[in-house]
Amino acid sequence: MPGLEDLYREIILDHYRNPRNRGELPVPPNTRVEGFNPLCGDEIVVFLDVEDDVVKDVRIGGQGCSISQSSASMMSAAVKGKTLDEVRALSRAFKAMMSIHERSIDDGSDGADGDGSDLEIDPEVKLGDLEALRGVVKFPVRIKCATLSWNTLLQGLDESPTA
Amino acid sequence: MALSDTPDVAPGTPGTDVVDLDVATIRKRFPILDTQSHGRRLVYLDSASSSQKPTAVLDAMTRYYETTHANVHRGVYAIAEEATRLYEQARAKVARFIGAPSTEGVVFTKNVTEAINLVAHSWGRANLAAGDAVLLTEMEHHANLVPWLMLAEERGIELRYLPVTDDYQLDLSELERLVDGVKLVSVTAMSNVLGTLTPIERLASAAHAAGALLLVDGAQYVPHLPTDVQALGVDFFGFTGHKMLGPTGIGVLWARPELLEAMPAFLGGGEMIRDVRLDGWTPNDIPWKFEAGTPPIAEAVGLAAAIDELSALGLENVRAHEVSLTGYALRTLTERFGDDLVIHGPSEPSQRGGVLSMVLGDIHAHDVSQVLDQHGVCVRAGHHCAKPLMRRLGVSATARASFYVYNDRDDVDALADALEATRDFFAH
Repeated sequence: MPGLEDLYREIILDHYRNPRNRGELPVPPNTRVEGFNPLCGDEIVVFLDVEDDVVKDVRIGGQGCSISQSSASMMSAAVKGKTLDEVRALSRAFKAMMSIHERSIDDGSDGADGDGSDLEIDPEVKLGDLEALRGVVKFPVRIKCATLSWNTLLQGLDESPTA
Repeated sequence: MALSDTPDVAPGTPGTDVVDLDVATIRKRFPILDTQSHGRRLVYLDSASSSQKPTAVLDAMTRYYETTHANVHRGVYAIAEEATRLYEQARAKVARFIGAPSTEGVVFTKNVTEAINLVAHSWGRANLAAGDAVLLTEMEHHANLVPWLMLAEERGIELRYLPVTDDYQLDLSELERLVDGVKLVSVTAMSNVLGTLTPIERLASAAHAAGALLLVDGAQYVPHLPTDVQALGVDFFGFTGHKMLGPTGIGVLWARPELLEAMPAFLGGGEMIRDVRLDGWTPNDIPWKFEAGTPPIAEAVGLAAAIDELSALGLENVRAHEVSLTGYALRTLTERFGDDLVIHGPSEPSQRGGVLSMVLGDIHAHDVSQVLDQHGVCVRAGHHCAKPLMRRLGVSATARASFYVYNDRDDVDALADALEATRDFFAH
């Protein structure tokens, strides 16, 4: 039986208490996109400054539980300065990590969590601090908390005029 | 069917002395309460979401399937006739339980959501046109908001809302103005978030004086207080079986029979028709006109057993038990947590139900619920399907503990201990 320490790793609590890249960016020229978890009411707002296929800056707003907020904070730190290709590869790797549990029960095809199309882990992609969220898969209800910010980011990349 | 045909145990009779519930004995009738969660005693504090089921309900449904099951109102053989008798007997028990004058106003639905949708779809589409108004409140469950929002989108009806005051009551200061010209008032009898008991008789008077009908969402009320739809003065009344010791999959819409008579059918299919030709159909009598397809028969049998269980306890006693336990919980939590714990709801136990929506410091409700779970304590975390109310309260989510007949002070103490562990865990 998974314990709380599997879920609430110290680095997660640190990002929750001291969120990185919290704030806003002027829109336009930047892109603002909102994500909601309809089950729990968590909200994430992602502000994106994308130039020359690089995420120059990112800011996070919204409110929610420790998992959704810390995941958003860790994501913002992870994608800043990365190329769009790198961000998408990181996103795929993160979602693959989050989908381990779903795959074990329904072959990962529930389709409710993002595109679900290409969850191959690129061995070159290093998740770094994001690895701390691996324990979330033992708490299936919380997976959507962890992936909310990433799905919102991907939506923002699609909507960004410069992306 | 006249109710005198079916002698049942009457619910707690007003005026009789209240008897303390013997919770230790009651708990023995709920097998799930003898199980463990995370190696600890299961402390179930989420009955406002769905109550647990006593052995009597489970046995009644099993016995029905093992000895009696057949489709109702169809077969001409012994078990089919017995199944039909049990199904209609359940209807009579429901009618008696809520003080309905007859069974013809009792429609079985899937749940209270379907009951309200039935009214919105059938009565609403027959009686509401662009410009007509419906009065709701800010403390409604989504089940009593979205059907009307859908109708507003579809045909441009106007929706008005009774506000919620800072002390968690309905703000009736503008009631006369807001109710003027509306065709329907639709309101919860008890908030599933705040526990607030709303003044149904007063709202009934105001609605009827304005020429409007009153629909009441009784989902949180019927399981916990003696209910008399005639005394309350309601026109439509919905509730659900699974919150009152019964099974999931069955709810009730009670309506004044003349309203049901005048309403068009809701879902089409078998059972709800008198005759079908290739060029048309005629509807069945009420209430069957609104029960298309094979109904939830075993669930009706289970609901009848749940009503027997509650009637044996006595709803007056159930109510007294919950007022007492809620008072203990409010005192205990206030003493142990002070300003660290905000409880969104009325402070006077006798004016509220046993539903405590809590915000613990700056710890998110999901995180609270997650730590509570590790202590075997089950509460609901989130917006409780009442997002407009949550916005009014200025919170995104609360952790909600709710009480029922099988809860006692040990459960409240376990909740308080687990909340303290939560506070320690997230301490900076």
